[in-house]
Amino acid sequence: MTRTPTTERRGGPRATLLGMMVLLAVGPSGCAPPQQDRTDDGRVIVQYWEKWTGFEGEAMQGVVDRFNASQNEIVVKKLTISQIDQKLMLSTAGGNPPDVAGIWTHAIPDFSEKGALTPLDQMAAEAGITRDDYIPVFWDLCRHRGFLWALPTTPASTALHYNRRLFREAGLDPDAPPQSLAELDRMAEQLTIVSLLRDGQPVQVRYPDLTEQEKAAIEFKIVQMGHLPQEPGWWMATWPYWFGGRLWDGDRTITAESPGVIAAFEWFEGYARKYGVENLRSFGASFGNFSSPQNPFLSERVAMELQGEWMYNFIDKFAPHMEWDVAPFPAQHPDKKGFVTLIESDVLVIPKGARHPREAFAFIRYVQSQAAMEQLNLGQKKFSPLSHVSPTFVAEHPNPHIATFIQLAQSANACYMPRLSIWSEYKDEMQAAIDQTLALDTEPRVALAAVQKRLQRRLDRIMRRWDLVREKRVKEWSNYDTWGTTQPANGTRLR
Amino acid sequence: MTRGERHNLRTGLAFVSPWIIGFLTFTLYPVGVSLYYSLCDYDVLSTPIWVGALNYRDMLTDEIFWKSLRNTFYFAAFSLPLGMVVSLLTAILLNQSIKGRSLFRAIFFIPSLVPVVAGAMVWIWILNGNFGLLNHALRQLGITHPPQWLSDPAWTKPSLILMSLWGVGNTVVIYLAALQDVPRSLYESADIDGASSIRKLWNITIPLISPVIYFNLIMGIIGSLQVFAQPFVMLGGGGPNRSALFYAVYIYQNAFDYRLMGYACAMAWVLFLIVLLLTWIATRSTRHLIYYAGE
Repeated sequence: MTRTPTTERRGGPRATLLGMMVLLAVGPSGCAPPQQDRTDDGRVIVQYWEKWTGFEGEAMQGVVDRFNASQNEIVVKKLTISQIDQKLMLSTAGGNPPDVAGIWTHAIPDFSEKGALTPLDQMAAEAGITRDDYIPVFWDLCRHRGFLWALPTTPASTALHYNRRLFREAGLDPDAPPQSLAELDRMAEQLTIVSLLRDGQPVQVRYPDLTEQEKAAIEFKIVQMGHLPQEPGWWMATWPYWFGGRLWDGDRTITAESPGVIAAFEWFEGYARKYGVENLRSFGASFGNFSSPQNPFLSERVAMELQGEWMYNFIDKFAPHMEWDVAPFPAQHPDKKGFVTLIESDVLVIPKGARHPREAFAFIRYVQSQAAMEQLNLGQKKFSPLSHVSPTFVAEHPNPHIATFIQLAQSANACYMPRLSIWSEYKDEMQAAIDQTLALDTEPRVALAAVQKRLQRRLDRIMRRWDLVREKRVKEWSNYDTWGTTQPANGTRLR
Repeated sequence: MTRGERHNLRTGLAFVSPWIIGFLTFTLYPVGVSLYYSLCDYDVLSTPIWVGALNYRDMLTDEIFWKSLRNTFYFAAFSLPLGMVVSLLTAILLNQSIKGRSLFRAIFFIPSLVPVVAGAMVWIWILNGNFGLLNHALRQLGITHPPQWLSDPAWTKPSLILMSLWGVGNTVVIYLAALQDVPRSLYESADIDGASSIRKLWNITIPLISPVIYFNLIMGIIGSLQVFAQPFVMLGGGGPNRSALFYAVYIYQNAFDYRLMGYACAMAWVLFLIVLLLTWIATRSTRHLIYYAGE
């Protein structure tokens, strides 16, 4: 074999190759250097992931800035993250989570049961933070399996939003919102306008003015709707609460076939039968994005809608001249329960494996102060989850109906999504069943039987696993004070 | 092995080592652990628990698994042959000596350069039941009740099949390259014999580009069974009543929404076996139909 000049110059390629291999070997760690723990002047850096953008992000940034200026030991660095729950899960699994993250109360059961969060009981007790400091439901939503996992930031409650002008035009009293679901459905009919051909001529009439034959034929086009259960469609799976239904027994049984759940599905079915599957689809296809002037409520084509207090922000931005009002959303049986509100809250958590849990909690504690909480929630135009607010909070609040939302959150009728780690799947399963019902493809009972069977099986499996790890987890969580206090300030990773 | 050969082997291995290390770390290892996880109850956050074939057994009774598989086969069964025929016919047309040929080639290729998500966003509006361009055109043609493409379960899959034809540019380019390799002399001989255009297409063009058709068939099988981005962007969790829930989307849901990573891994392995089987069947059944000039 003849040696080529290249192979004879042994140093060149070999050194290059060796260099490449070394680069490749150290590459991954070289690309992601260990996060800086301290600033040049020795302050501990707390990494904070939050989902908010726009004015909501700015409001939180204002709180972060004030915290950073209020002391000289900790600097919080806020980073805006989309799909935060998934990224938090992956970063926690990879052992490199942020110190604080902003998620939602409905994610707490899943994250905590899987050991992804740091229990806050010990630190909250040391800081003197108790249930009495909060509107009780928000404290309860931060707890799961007997431990405290989060503290709230910006809460939400839902209520009936309605269009006063459309009420007047329909001959309804805008100061007398519906007091029961049956009344809401009647008003919805009065508020619904359809177009059709009468004697070959196109006409627009209100639904109650249709003849019985026209109602039975459903050959019309919807121009305006009084109410649509599937708009905005975010809480479809929780409508059963308005019918006294339960989705879960609180322990090991899914109750998707309970009478209240079936009643809610029959209500959906009623809308599809009354207004026509194709007509509703066609009307729904004409809606623009939620955050746009083509939003059906903002473009005044749907007169009544279940919405949270954030709706004010969108009305203010896209339909500032709309005449609107807010009232508790009535329930099916007003004699048993006058109204129902759905509660949820954004929360701050410390992921397991966070490098600076103590410093992270110092920030969370600061956010729980009355001043910071009011700064944040006035900035985001929401209400404070704290039991005490300054006397001027409601008066200064831009949302004229904020007091209603606060009262709703304080009421005994505040409901929340089931505290189930499989809620995400449950919700999707319910949505599929609702799709079948609204398409009049499947009877509500049949659709719900399928949900029940599938979810019960999933819950059984989750519970079997939970039974295996429960003792270990609870012991680990109970002993957090020892792994918390041994956490070195210089940020050695917590294991 | 002589000293020189050993030396050459070492040098050779050193040269390919970046690829080997990359392959071992980023391909073989994930593939290997996914097989292990497929036999575990694994939710990403906590330690995997060995459950044997439970995930695979669960698939047998999971109606949504079967529905996603049916949806995927339905999509593949229409989009693959349609895509192959449309792209071949387009390539043949673009291979004719017509005025502005380069311009037409560019026009047909451009859609395949559009990022999938951006394309999907545009299609959401084209297919909008009320304001969409497509339904506007259909109304102009006198169809008073055009389909609600994305909100009617009966039309979601046809919509996606229709959309898939928009991105055949890549396949067209491959066919064009193959068509230009067909020797002119064969067409000239056929002309002398008085063969018609159809006859020339059937007896000369198709046999001579059969290896490329075969290549596109295999790539098409793999691609259409793994379809993910467009349905995911356009129809989120599978569209109304999961009518467009495709296999890859259901894998994603299980892995990241429901945290059933073990189950998702098992599903991925089943998909791999399905693709392997179909590729094998395609290879076996077309063995005698493919003409390799070198043989």
